[in-house]
Amino acid sequence: MLRARKRVAVEVEKHSPLRYPHRLNFYDQPPQGEITIEEFEICALDRLRILAEIESSYARNRPWDELKKYTLEQCKKYLHLDASSATLQDVDSQRRKDHIGHFVLRLAFCRSEELRRRFVKAETTLFRIRFEDDDRKEREDFLQSRQFSWTPVMKDEVEQYAEQLKAAASTYLPPKDQVDLEKEKYCKVHWTRVPDLIEKRKVFLRHGMAYVPSKEQASIVYEEFQRNLENALLVTLKHLPRLDEDTRIVPLLDNLSQGFLAGVSSEWASATTAANGDEITAEMIDELARKHFPMCMRHLHDTLKRDKHLKHFGRLQYGLFLKVLGLSIEEALAFWRRSFSGMTDDKFNKEYKYNIRHSYGLEGKRANYAAKSCQQILLSDQPGPQDSHGCPYRHFSLDNLQTALLSMYSSQGLTVKDLPEIVAQVKSGHYHVACTRVFEITHAAEGVRKGEGVGGGESVTHPNQYAARSRELEKKIKEEADGDITMS
Amino acid sequence: MTMNIDEEPLTPELMLAFYRRLYPFKSIFHWLNHEHTPTKLFMNREFAFTLQGDVYLRYQSFTTPDDLKKQVCAMNPTRFEIGPMYTARPRDKKLARPGAFQPVMRELVFDIDMTDYDSIRTCCSDASICQRCWAFIAVAVKILDQAVRNNFGYQHLLWVYSGRRGIHLWISDKDAMELSDDQRKALVGWMTVIQGSKEQHKKVNVRLSSRHLPPSLKEALEVLGPAFTDIILEDQDVFRPEEGWRELLHLIPKNYVETLEAKWEKGDRSSYDKWEDFKSEIKSSTRKDTIQRFTSSTAMEDIILQYTYPRIDAEVSKHRNHLLKAPFCVHPKTGRVCVPVDPRTIDDFKPEAVPTVGQLLRELDEAKDTGDAEHRSDWEKTSLKPYVEMLDKHALALMEEVRRTKRDQGGDMSW
Repeated sequence: MLRARKRVAVEVEKHSPLRYPHRLNFYDQPPQGEITIEEFEICALDRLRILAEIESSYARNRPWDELKKYTLEQCKKYLHLDASSATLQDVDSQRRKDHIGHFVLRLAFCRSEELRRRFVKAETTLFRIRFEDDDRKEREDFLQSRQFSWTPVMKDEVEQYAEQLKAAASTYLPPKDQVDLEKEKYCKVHWTRVPDLIEKRKVFLRHGMAYVPSKEQASIVYEEFQRNLENALLVTLKHLPRLDEDTRIVPLLDNLSQGFLAGVSSEWASATTAANGDEITAEMIDELARKHFPMCMRHLHDTLKRDKHLKHFGRLQYGLFLKVLGLSIEEALAFWRRSFSGMTDDKFNKEYKYNIRHSYGLEGKRANYAAKSCQQILLSDQPGPQDSHGCPYRHFSLDNLQTALLSMYSSQGLTVKDLPEIVAQVKSGHYHVACTRVFEITHAAEGVRKGEGVGGGESVTHPNQYAARSRELEKKIKEEADGDITMS
Repeated sequence: MTMNIDEEPLTPELMLAFYRRLYPFKSIFHWLNHEHTPTKLFMNREFAFTLQGDVYLRYQSFTTPDDLKKQVCAMNPTRFEIGPMYTARPRDKKLARPGAFQPVMRELVFDIDMTDYDSIRTCCSDASICQRCWAFIAVAVKILDQAVRNNFGYQHLLWVYSGRRGIHLWISDKDAMELSDDQRKALVGWMTVIQGSKEQHKKVNVRLSSRHLPPSLKEALEVLGPAFTDIILEDQDVFRPEEGWRELLHLIPKNYVETLEAKWEKGDRSSYDKWEDFKSEIKSSTRKDTIQRFTSSTAMEDIILQYTYPRIDAEVSKHRNHLLKAPFCVHPKTGRVCVPVDPRTIDDFKPEAVPTVGQLLRELDEAKDTGDAEHRSDWEKTSLKPYVEMLDKHALALMEEVRRTKRDQGGDMSW
């Protein structure tokens, strides 16, 4: 029977005009042909955004349906794959992008145990989401194109264990339903191939063999995908040293693997004006800080007010953030002058003015500096003992973090009860998730629910994204309130 | 009749004499190594010593059983533990490339400890254990043994008394040794029924509402049903004290609680009577083959599971690199040796009859006078003998299997 299947598959492949006949891919073969370095990077980055979304969904304990929903949304944005029936689309190039992205990330993530584990988990999840989302016909085609090592259970064996199979089925079927053993097709695999079914006791298990009903056979596919990928990553690791010769690729890979730590830098990195276009003046900053700033900026603002000074990297981090928030150069100069109240005009003009103008691209090489993303804040320019820049979730000690959280955000609804969850995220290294959670808690009054993040389930990847979303929410509420008044 | 703690204090001298003359290093070696000549299974195996004064020494490894014996005698630990086989020798851990030192193989282990039963045993608490508590362990052993053999098909199971109030299971089948941590986790999930903290009343959640039990648990229930009557209702009489039956009421479906509570508040009724009360309540208020009757009986099944199903320490089993006390070590508090136990006669096992170090050394002194041939191992002259023989037999079966596999693989060998 299996042989027959295989023959069909071969024919399908032969007759299919597509290079990638299926939407799903087990990634057995690496992509062939030439790939430009831009393509190399874009494919990987777009895929990484999706994997990062999956990771943060897990870290935030989202239920499966939500995880799937948000991931599919991201997929649509960055890595859309049409069904084979969509003849008007260039499905081949979509699938090629998927294929290349996967293999580039393999290179980036094969290099440590930790990265491998995370990559395999995220990739397997992505595969599972797509598998579930695929239409039945194409899924069947895909399954037939590959040989999965399961043995069908023969009729006499089904009869022999009829009672147990029925009992196993009744654990997942609706209470009144009975499984029809005549129709149900069982297959037999070693239990280690379906660990998730075993863990939940969903199958009948005898002498190490699990009797899997057709409905659950997807589990075997997922497990096989995962196992293949685990092995493939080890093979990739062995071949990696040869890549060192290509100086273009290694820095790129380094960059990619760091993307997992802090989430992928979003488009905020290059934005220079406030999203809502409102002018911000120096006087407004105090209030804005209280209402809308993420913890890192809130901390810098408070430090500036207290010490009437900030060290270099603190000024840089905070100054660029304010610039992107919409503070013009004139207002910025006014703001910093006022904040450094302890010094003479002369000293300020000599030592700081140039710096501030420089960051606005008005001096020196006149570069348009972007505000730092979470990734940069987390990973570069580690703060020393006198510094106050950095990410509080990463760079504060746990008790300081908790005290600071309470003193900054308790007026916005954060309570002691919320701390353990945040601390747990911090401890496991999910700093941006902790930050996102704080955003959700402090904006609960504006209707932000747990899991929603800074809109559409996205987590915080940039301080300006945090502040902009916060202001946006406030504006919306205000507009709604205004609307109500005029209505009445 | 709490177990007597050995009167003699467990001195370092006693321990040293025990290691020198009685500890069956050879048997332990065969059991861990699966072959006569040392393989990676032994040489790359982590041993961890707990020295006098609670100094903990990890990543020890040895090339031969004599090596191990020499080091044990030199360090004279209060006990030592066995970990996994790593990719390299644990004592060379620092020489390995970072990330290259990983656990590879390890017996699948289970740990059942009496303290997890404290909320449902009335005879003892904490560290103490008596013959009556042992009944809980005996049931756990039967269930686990049956599940591991029938469901998972493993054959090389070694049960070891932990020296005080628990029991360990070591599974040495090749398949089992090769399981990854994730697979171990899945297997533990299959075995785990009792879940939830102290603050949670209902600790059994094995089915979606009003569904049947999974077949494996149905099978288990055949053993657990009678055990529930014997241990919980009769012997421990768990539901007699108010605390006990109040707890039971939390698990009984709401519609019966009021009547039963009123009845039980009035008089001092035995657990058995109370259980009968519950059963007759169900009979009188539901009709046969109705959904109400069914949900009531599922509640009964869940209660039986909660009070008798093995309470496994899941963390021990989930990770390959978890260390577990070696068989034949001495429990530092009781002085008793951690001896293998035969699951088929588990009901007759008496923890208080397990030999202590002091007793064994006395036996050895007395035996000396018989002037028996010197080639016999010293343990043969003591009551440790049947236990060492049990381990030897177990190890022999393992070695036999390895030999068979090797022969099957290399068909072109001399035979």
